[in-house]
Amino acid sequence: MKYLPAYRKMLLIRRFEERVAELHRAGLVPGFAHLYWGQEAIAVGVCHWLRDDDHILSTHRGHGHCLAKGADPARTLAEIMGRATGYCRGKGGSMHVAAFERGILGANGIVAASIPIATGVALASGLADDGRVTVVFFGDAAVEEGPFHESLNLASLWHLPLLFVCENNQYAISVPVQKRQGGRGAAAIAQAHGLETRRVDGNDAVAMLEASQWAVQRVREGKPVLLECATIRWGGHHSAQPTRRYRSREELQAAQAACPLARLEKRLIAQGEATPEELLEINAAIIAQVDEAERFARQSPFPEPGAATEDVYATQEGSG
Amino acid sequence: MPEITYAAALNRALAEAMREDPKVLILGEDIGSLGGIFTVTDGLLAEFGPERIRETPLSEASFMGCGIGLALCGWRPVVEIMFSDFLTMCMDQLCNQAAKLRYMSGGQATIPLTVRAPIGARNSAAAQHSQSPQAWFAHTPGLRVVLPATPADALGLLATAIECDDPVVVLEHKLLYGEKGLVPAGRHRVPLGKAEVKRPGTDLTLIGLSRMTQIALQAAEELANQDVDAEVVDLRSLVPLDRETVLASVARTRRAVVVDEGVIDFGVTAEIAALISTELFGELLAPVSRVGALATPVPFSPPLEKAVIPQVEDVTAAAWKCMQGKPTR
Ligand SMILES: Cc1ncc(C[n+]2csc(CCOP(=O)(O)OP(=O)(O)O)c2C)c(N)n1
Ligand SMILES: [Mg+2]
Repeated sequence: MKYLPAYRKMLLIRRFEERVAELHRAGLVPGFAHLYWGQEAIAVGVCHWLRDDDHILSTHRGHGHCLAKGADPARTLAEIMGRATGYCRGKGGSMHVAAFERGILGANGIVAASIPIATGVALASGLADDGRVTVVFFGDAAVEEGPFHESLNLASLWHLPLLFVCENNQYAISVPVQKRQGGRGAAAIAQAHGLETRRVDGNDAVAMLEASQWAVQRVREGKPVLLECATIRWGGHHSAQPTRRYRSREELQAAQAACPLARLEKRLIAQGEATPEELLEINAAIIAQVDEAERFARQSPFPEPGAATEDVYATQEGSG
Repeated sequence: MPEITYAAALNRALAEAMREDPKVLILGEDIGSLGGIFTVTDGLLAEFGPERIRETPLSEASFMGCGIGLALCGWRPVVEIMFSDFLTMCMDQLCNQAAKLRYMSGGQATIPLTVRAPIGARNSAAAQHSQSPQAWFAHTPGLRVVLPATPADALGLLATAIECDDPVVVLEHKLLYGEKGLVPAGRHRVPLGKAEVKRPGTDLTLIGLSRMTQIALQAAEELANQDVDAEVVDLRSLVPLDRETVLASVARTRRAVVVDEGVIDFGVTAEIAALISTELFGELLAPVSRVGALATPVPFSPPLEKAVIPQVEDVTAAAWKCMQGKPTR
């Protein structure tokens, strides 16, 4: 299998998130920005096997999922910067990027809340028998929320074409997963509900691509599946948050040693898919793409204040 | 015009919507062979089958979310929540998701979701099966909220709600399910956001919704025996709110009593009273009077329940308070 396409996507996410962090520090990103750097192999590994018309639902840490599913970096960044040209016209921001035209039904600011919605999206595909796959991404803390458990039951009971992707990055803000969960994690819970599951090294793009190919195939056949992907959150909970109160420097260094991009680069070179020079060229091209996205977003206007009262309702009967 | 019960009218609205539009389906607990605990889905399983009359596990948050996901994909789901008190189990899905997804996505999401749930105190069901939480949902931009008071409005409002492209919360009153009324034989729609004058009058306006419209009508009868001619306005929708009909009535009568079964503090009556007082301040012959449930959980024992829930005599008492400024004829 060729890994360059996945590598490009992962690198785009990395460079994009680095830029978001810079822009946040510069005061150009309002609100929170929960960055996806370090977890790129998961979104890209899964989305690699999706069709354009497949659906994904995401979390507060959703930039990577959107880019992996094909969102335009310029319109995504414009949204994150609160501009009128953003996918959501500046009404959603970092935690709510949605691009329906790309099958991206929205990131979500409420932990686990997109999981029940995903059951309905998957049910719609099941009823239409349209062969579409729905993927719902969520963090390890979502496993502690009631709707996760309820939705596993619905998926199992109704044979929903739904792929649950748990990104176990070990933390919910400051609290490590060992201090929050007494059980054996997402996969064990899903198994108890009758789902097929796999545990994957989420920092290994090759392993992610392999497991995801299997999972997406199973889901397309009408079986709900859960992937539990082990990874590590690189930064603070959001881009401006320091981590020294709860995480040691050593732990972070170990995490970064497992960098999914560095591992994939080695592999690309070893199997002769790319030379180091070619990888540098790819990097330059991606930086240019992110530069272009930034230029677009910076030049885009903020929404007019009057837009605040638009999009509350689809219908006009009275104005509410 | 046939005379049928409120529950039968709701049932007819559901059946007709499902016949007309194959994208309408129902999710809820006990909605299949039992036909719902208030018989509203009676017979639907036999006609439409288990795919569209989709009985759910006891997972309110998730089947509400499931309804939202279906709605995002072009279905018109009707989610039945057995008692409105249980809407607390899905507050996030309803108020953070259904209500906000369109807005947060800049208009990309369309959510033609209907949520049905019974409100109101009935037969000592106690504090967790008796509330009237309409103010919670009317306070959440993005939701539409309607409360039928008659079988005809139940039919017409539910039919319109299902056709509406926004999430609509239809709150039905448990004590009205068995009440009969005349219902148009053919196609019937009641627009959202249109109040109705249920009884014309000249001396004061009683403004109600849901079962309190019926209580207001009874109060109006009693007042008529004492030579007071009360007009009764049934709000029918809280969101959108028909401000014109309310203000036009009170502009004529110059006195208003607002009646709601929800808790009086910070509730529907306060909103309507503020509207009237702001718009018609100089015209009023008396301060707007409000009648609502006492600010307690709904108690169990019958005399306690009666003490907390507005009764006809509470409405007539409020009316007399307003009438003090009335010139004698
Ligand atoms: C229902 C809910 N509770 C709490 C929060 C606040 N919060 C936002 S993200 C987060 C941690 C989530 O951890 P996890 O699901 O593992 O995702 P991660 O941030 O690690 O990607 C918390 C507590 C929230 N947004 N929603
Ligand atoms: Mg986490």
